Amino acid sequence: MRDGGERVIRVLVAKPGLDGHDRGAKVIARALRDAGMEVVYTGLHQTPEQVAEAALQEDVQVVALSILSGAHPTLVPRIARLLRENGQGDVLLLLGGIVPEQDVPSMLEAGVSRVFGPGTDTRDIVRYIQERVGDS
Amino acid sequence: MTGAPVLADDVLAGQRRAVSRALTVVERGGPEAEALLQTLLPHTGHAHVVGITGAPGVGKSTLVDGLALAARGQGQTAGIIAVDPSSPFTGGAILGDRIRMQDATMDPGVFMRSLASRGQTGGLSRAAAASLTVLDAAGFDWVLVETVGAGQSEIEIMALAESVMVVLAPGLGDDIQAIKAGILEIADVFVVNKADRPGADTSVRELRAMLRLAAEPPPWTPPILTTVAAERRGLERILEELARHRAFLEETGRRAERRTHQVETLVRQAVWDAVARRLAAAREDPGWARALTAVAAGTRDASGLADQVLRGAGGMADGIH
Repeated sequence: MRDGGERVIRVLVAKPGLDGHDRGAKVIARALRDAGMEVVYTGLHQTPEQVAEAALQEDVQVVALSILSGAHPTLVPRIARLLRENGQGDVLLLLGGIVPEQDVPSMLEAGVSRVFGPGTDTRDIVRYIQERVGDS
Repeated sequence: MTGAPVLADDVLAGQRRAVSRALTVVERGGPEAEALLQTLLPHTGHAHVVGITGAPGVGKSTLVDGLALAARGQGQTAGIIAVDPSSPFTGGAILGDRIRMQDATMDPGVFMRSLASRGQTGGLSRAAAASLTVLDAAGFDWVLVETVGAGQSEIEIMALAESVMVVLAPGLGDDIQAIKAGILEIADVFVVNKADRPGADTSVRELRAMLRLAAEPPPWTPPILTTVAAERRGLERILEELARHRAFLEETGRRAERRTHQVETLVRQAVWDAVARRLAAAREDPGWARALTAVAAGTRDASGLADQVLRGAGGMADGIH
């Protein structure tokens, strides 16, 4: 792995906003780790600026957001914009948590690649990430 | 490969995105990493590289966060490398040091990177050596490298630092015992963190007693400092003692020695990388399986085959009938 070969997939799992429930984020973090990925976990109550700065410093290929507070319409577009401003527009942006069906199109429009709702099998998330960034 | 000089220029200019990219490149290793490091190395030597280690739960991350902010308070900048273990089973890792570095990491004069151990001892110290080379070349005044515990690879990483800080906390019971295994000898500064808790005095006393056991007074006696990192108490004092230690290294010529050691680590790992590439190429060789069979049958010796692998000439089954 350190011989100049394939790149290990690095993922930032972030919880932007004010909700204090990070069980989902931790379950995802563990599943990704168990799939051989390096997961940077930032803890609760992150501002969009903190999420983007962490993504920049950690040079992740994936940013997985967990938002249960309903604040995704304001938080997600800001995070996507900051990522682009930092030259990380190519980062795979994923959103999990509680996102009403009618909000999904606007999230995709904002730059999210895929929204994973409650009850998603973590293996599907792993597979999705591997397919999208496996060869980069 | 053509990107390396451009990337190096941007790193030297302290451009954050470039620093981040460069860290990824050097961590991965290989020819691109070596080219980049070679360009950056002549520009290193400015940063004061400090290794911070100690048992889990003593407050290392909070302390590093506070130290970085204290350095900022003095108009200085800080780069941070935090090493976390990878799972030996999956190779994956959860890197959680940022959770306790929320304050410093948003400062434009601070850059923090999590580094997974990826299960390879030598590889880890090479990745750490390369990472701190990048941060040093990027112009940070302080480079803080944080690792957990006292394993062999941690000791190797600490040997890359100019100053080693061993962190303890009262009430963990066996922490003084734990640091006996090799870490005690490499400490340049002791910090008893969480010093507002009962037992801090005892920890300081035990450390002092242990340092007195030395047969003759060492050229540098590690100071024992107390902090409450969560309240940002005692941090400026640490920076002062670290600066004093650096002056000591400078005066006694030891600073150059440590730098030589750091460069040696890079070279040594470049050798391992080259060997790993040769071995990988040999295993791809169509004659590899036959060559191994010949070794098993005794018609060929293992070291001869090894020599051939190292020469990288291919043709593994040549001469086998």
